[in-house]
Amino acid sequence: MNFIKKSPWILHYDGSSCNGCDIEVLASLTPLYDVERFGIINTGNPKHADILLITGSVNEQNIPVVKQLYEQMAEPKAVVAVGICATSGGIFAECYNVVGGVDKVLSVDVYVPGCAARPEAVIDGVVKALGILEQKQKRMRKRKYR
Amino acid sequence: MFTFILRIIGIIILAPLAGGMLTGMDRVITARMQGRQGPPVLQPFYDVLKLLQKEPIEVNLMHRFYVYIALIFVIFTTVIMLTGGDILLAIFALTLGSIFFVLGGYASNSPYSLVGSERELLQMMAYEPMVLLTGIGLYYADNSFFIKDIVSAQAPAILSLPGIFLGLLFILTFKLRKSPFDLSMCHHGHQEIVQGITTEYSGRDLAVIEITHWYETVIALTLVFVFFATKAPVSYVFAVLACLLAYFLEIVIDNGFARVKWQLALDSSWIITGVLGTVNLIILSFFR
Repeated sequence: MNFIKKSPWILHYDGSSCNGCDIEVLASLTPLYDVERFGIINTGNPKHADILLITGSVNEQNIPVVKQLYEQMAEPKAVVAVGICATSGGIFAECYNVVGGVDKVLSVDVYVPGCAARPEAVIDGVVKALGILEQKQKRMRKRKYR
Repeated sequence: MFTFILRIIGIIILAPLAGGMLTGMDRVITARMQGRQGPPVLQPFYDVLKLLQKEPIEVNLMHRFYVYIALIFVIFTTVIMLTGGDILLAIFALTLGSIFFVLGGYASNSPYSLVGSERELLQMMAYEPMVLLTGIGLYYADNSFFIKDIVSAQAPAILSLPGIFLGLLFILTFKLRKSPFDLSMCHHGHQEIVQGITTEYSGRDLAVIEITHWYETVIALTLVFVFFATKAPVSYVFAVLACLLAYFLEIVIDNGFARVKWQLALDSSWIITGVLGTVNLIILSFFR
């Protein structure tokens, strides 16, 4: 039985966003959307997290931060890029210090477009990431028993 | 002898299941109080089973060792308490378990864990006198440290120890890691320092910490149970109801209060312990 689908814990990192997407991410914790229905918890700790939720584009300053957060997470793990800035850089793409979307640094599993991404879209993205986590866990197990 | 071993195995298996169910109900009730639907009741079990399947990350060799030792001591305490053993031995074994847990926090060398460990020590300083006074009070009331003697007394211990019971209810908030006094780590929020000792634990070790907490919940409620149980089997029903009521009260307090500073946590618990506990003991000594 795969329990990772039943209790995905999320680590939320704000790259260099305008905070619009962050507010929408937090909005999905409110009674109206209540992501805890799915067992989703917003942890502040990469070591406990299963899904890395990044809002905003990646810039030269936070490349090592993003990488380190990802490396501290235990397998299986997934990356969800929330908002158009995280997927491609958005309106900040032309800035001198912005590298682009999160996929310039990490391998992103789910892209959630939107400016700002609506809570429904954020939840949909996380639920899509659950399928990917399940596949990764299966692969992990195969590696273990080979 | 054989039935005794079976009973111990039963306690070791059933206690965490009961603790996990209580935690699950806690999460649902908390969600409903906040106007949310909340997770399924079995959510704590899903969390632990997920953590068991995750990749283990080792910080250093001793780090996880302390957590397992803490679990063993807590299981030991649970078995002593539920088989009607010596309450003093149970209290000391529980303290030892908590100390090992704190050492686990210190072992990681992470600043968040260190702060968590120090706060955990502070909390222990705050609640430990009251736990000891509970043992002393129960001895004063029933002339025995053995739980099996206390729960088979003529009158429930609460009649002679109302002050000590209120004091125990007060420090249960520390033991159950509920809100005004969840300085070292808490179950919701999950932000920065509040994760405390568990900051550096992941995967299986975190699951062990969670299971340890389930055992601790059962231990804490057993202490409440002891105050209400008497020779009559009907009293057991009332005692279990009292446990559930106490747990519900803790959930209400948890949702109604913000976290306090450590000074207030320490001062208030010592004042409550000092006033309610010792006054109760003094009054009791006049009636002996």
